[in-house]
Amino acid sequence: MSTFTAPHVDWAHLSPVLIVLGAAAIGVLLEAFVPARLRRTVQLSFSLAALAGALIAVAALWSGVKSSGGVHVLGTALVVDGPTLVLQGTIALLAIVALLVVADRTSTGEDAFAPSAASVPGSDYEEAARRLGLQQTEVYPLLLFATGGMLIFPATADLLTLFVALEVLSLPLYLLTGMARRRRLLSQEAAMKYFLLGAFASALMLFGIALVYGYSGSLSYATIASTTANPTGTDSLLLVGAVMLLVGLLFKIGAVPFHAWTPDVYQGAPTPITGFMAACTKVAAFGALLRVVYTVIPGLKWDLDVVMWTVTILTMVVGTVIAMVQTDMKRLLAYSSVAHAGFILTGVVALTPGGVSAVLFYLLVYGAATIGAFGVVWLVRERDADGVVVGEATHLSQWAGLGRRHPWLAGSFALFLLSFAGIPLTAGFVGKFGVFSAAVDGGAWPLALLGVLASAGAAFFYVRIVVLMFFSDAPTEPAAGEPLEPSTQADVVLEGGATPAVATLVAERAPALTTTVVGTEGWATVSIGFCVLVTVLLGVFPTPVLDAIAHMSTFLP
Amino acid sequence: MSSDFPWLTALIVLPLVGAAVLWLLPAGARRHTRTVALAFTLAEVALGAGALLAFDTGDAGAQQLAETHQWIPSLGVSYAVGVDGVGLALLLMSVVLVPLVVLAAWREQGSTGAPSDRLRHFLALALVLEAFIVAVFSARDVFFFYVLFEAMLIPVYFMIGAFGGAQRRYAAIKFLIYSLTGGLIMLVAVIALYLQGPGGKQGFLTDNLTALTIDPTLEKWLFAGFFLAFAIKAPMFPVHTWLPDAAQNATPGTSVLLVGVLDKVGTFGMLTLCLPLFPAASRWAAPFVIVLAIVSIIYGALLAIGQKDLMRLIAYTSVSHFGFIVLGIFAFTSTSVAGSSFYMVNHGLSTGALFLIAGFLVARRGSQDIADFGGLQRVVPVMAGTFLVAGLSALSLPGLSTFVSEFLVLVGTFARHPAAAIVASLGVVLAAVYVLWTYQRIFTGPVRDGLETMPDLRTRERWAVGPLIAAMLVLGFVPGPALDLVRPPASVTLEQVGVTDVPASAAEGSTP
Repeated sequence: MSTFTAPHVDWAHLSPVLIVLGAAAIGVLLEAFVPARLRRTVQLSFSLAALAGALIAVAALWSGVKSSGGVHVLGTALVVDGPTLVLQGTIALLAIVALLVVADRTSTGEDAFAPSAASVPGSDYEEAARRLGLQQTEVYPLLLFATGGMLIFPATADLLTLFVALEVLSLPLYLLTGMARRRRLLSQEAAMKYFLLGAFASALMLFGIALVYGYSGSLSYATIASTTANPTGTDSLLLVGAVMLLVGLLFKIGAVPFHAWTPDVYQGAPTPITGFMAACTKVAAFGALLRVVYTVIPGLKWDLDVVMWTVTILTMVVGTVIAMVQTDMKRLLAYSSVAHAGFILTGVVALTPGGVSAVLFYLLVYGAATIGAFGVVWLVRERDADGVVVGEATHLSQWAGLGRRHPWLAGSFALFLLSFAGIPLTAGFVGKFGVFSAAVDGGAWPLALLGVLASAGAAFFYVRIVVLMFFSDAPTEPAAGEPLEPSTQADVVLEGGATPAVATLVAERAPALTTTVVGTEGWATVSIGFCVLVTVLLGVFPTPVLDAIAHMSTFLP
Repeated sequence: MSSDFPWLTALIVLPLVGAAVLWLLPAGARRHTRTVALAFTLAEVALGAGALLAFDTGDAGAQQLAETHQWIPSLGVSYAVGVDGVGLALLLMSVVLVPLVVLAAWREQGSTGAPSDRLRHFLALALVLEAFIVAVFSARDVFFFYVLFEAMLIPVYFMIGAFGGAQRRYAAIKFLIYSLTGGLIMLVAVIALYLQGPGGKQGFLTDNLTALTIDPTLEKWLFAGFFLAFAIKAPMFPVHTWLPDAAQNATPGTSVLLVGVLDKVGTFGMLTLCLPLFPAASRWAAPFVIVLAIVSIIYGALLAIGQKDLMRLIAYTSVSHFGFIVLGIFAFTSTSVAGSSFYMVNHGLSTGALFLIAGFLVARRGSQDIADFGGLQRVVPVMAGTFLVAGLSALSLPGLSTFVSEFLVLVGTFARHPAAAIVASLGVVLAAVYVLWTYQRIFTGPVRDGLETMPDLRTRERWAVGPLIAAMLVLGFVPGPALDLVRPPASVTLEQVGVTDVPASAAEGSTP
């Protein structure tokens, strides 16, 4: 009879994860004990402190890991090596930036979340909650739990931990998706879809894990890698398992054909949560995918290349082409994120040492631009005929002429779009350059070529928005109570002739809504400003960050 | 100033400072918008003159005024600038054109009285563009060149899309998508080229990438990647269709910079990147490129003859002229290559003048349709005279600088490919048709109703056009100093391509 030996726990190397998860647990208690009027302030500052703490912990571990190359923690459950720390730092930083947008309230004190998410939409109870000014401050601990899961996800060193981390990060996101203040039915529908498809993907992944375990007899990455280094004979079990494992990860990054949830969820979720999800989840999921592809199944490269290449090509092409015909800003950004998943995948498929650092850099700049872009979307609102600011103005036609009236906000948004498009002197260009170089270096030049062609196509829809914001002569913002005539609004868009799809949809919309930029407490503005700074600085002087990442991009086997 | 003053960096930074000043101009000082812009562009001209003085014309084949600093060492990227004779000539041509563009835009964008905010933004964008142009002509790092090649699109895109005519958004998007597609394909070639090179912290320096041994098939692909981007930019048949739309819908000032300067980046890139980096592939591709160039010459001229819109007409004449430039570059004789380099400068002056005067005409008439004009010779004699000179320069009349360059190109080409030169000369005949027929339709015959009171060129407008006419005449009669700038680089290029020069004895001393 074997005796249980407790594994040695290296608490220090776990600290980023422990701080965030611990804070999340305490956040739940705060919810119970802190008086309602103080709750938001306390929760917000506590969450910010926790994420900052995680960031500091990553910084403290940095030089040690840089010199040692990394350590295994908790037996072989987790590994803290260079990529882990880079990814954890990126996630913590992006989570702080995203949290600022999440926390922001309009000048009338409305945040992005339903006053009482449990109430039935349209019910008396909902109305009562709204009048009482209730706030769903559980958002903060939920967000911390999700972030904690994301911090574990790329650090996992066995398949079971991988699965647990996936669930820890996913479940809070399902909840957060359903909590939008406006268009609540859409939001709840999105949450439902996300949950069902996510559960399906989890199940596939779990089955894949079981098959891989069946083949190799182990859950630990290192053991699986050594058993699969030279697969012989009956490897169909392994292949099917590996593909199913990849499917679970590809679902999280939103790669085609596992992307179907992305537009609905991005559109339905509260916009600040969309920003958080689009940036941080992608970082975590790509981190896990990188580790699996580089350290677990490199022996299967030849067998899996077909799958990975197909998925990469499909993701770039489908994401780009479908984004071209979108008329809703959030759906457009969703498909754009699908296309970006494809661009990042070219770096993953490359399977070169340079590929890892290129992907890590891309994730950082993509995350910053994404949070910034969704921050702007959150600020651009509809105003009804009575001058009351309502939900986000997500229809493209509503953005016409925004650049004339709000040059700074529209300018920031244009910068994020140019960065997405990969125009030189923005961070996006350096990122794209990195992954495409890695792809060419790794012999995947057809992917790089397709990638640049897709980028040119993607530039089309990004630029179309810039055109809409800056070149469309929208009338000056009418005062409250002076609704825009529908015909005027349609003319504005039709004039250029470049956006017929938008024009037809304008005519269908209620005429009484005008577009405005809502006044807020300013947190979102801080966040957008930070993202602008990152996008410009990393576009012009990327060297320090590139160097820092380059020294930290070796996986511990 | 000491001899190691960073002339090129100063030339790049000054317009950027100017743009920042214009954008940050406090509301009270905005009535000085035009003066500020003009002052910065003139200071840039003075700086350019300083650079010319610091440049050793006796050694024009070498890269001079060079500066090299690390930019992104982990990617092998340097900030490396330096010019040879050709780069310097194009750089000077560009900085001379910008103040004239400022003068021409004086009353545009709703600025009949005080300068409007739109004018301020337009001028600031023009200054940003000037900085990129100077940098692209002096870049000696392939990555740096690529960054500028793409980043340049953004100011131009806004200049067309926000300040142009009726179909401006369509034209701006078409311009951007064409250029981006070419540029991004070039990006793959840039990356692949880098991987062939020595790598390291200065792996993208042009010097480190020339004379590599590359697999012939790969070299052909890389050449194609670069050449496609440059052919779109130049623009050559069959990827030229964005240019007429852009020129038709942009303001005259934008067209001057776009056609007169920016498109030169295409031919400049063929000359300074395609040829030295991929010599074997260049030799391999030369016959195809020459055929394309001749098609561009004839096709551009024929379409120019058929145009009803004045601006589109000028755009098509440029397609024809770019055909000549490319023909000269790929004929691989020292005479033709030097002729093409000189042609690039002259085409900037000549097309610049044509676009500016056409812009003045259009602004007065409120229409770009040639049929809306007629008999203006008696009403606006100065305008008619300057238009005629600019037009004659487009058909390469002896005595004007364009004649020298076109002659050199044809003579140089004849030495290697007689048939090509003979077919290309047809383009000269067609040029006479489109220039003289246009002049006839606009300026001769009975005066059209409503045009009797059209005012002639104002002092400001004369200052905008005068320098160009003067430059064309001076360079036409005394081309020697300019040719001294472009001849040595031509020999260097031929050496890099590895072809023996075919002497074109007739060309020597042929200057009128």
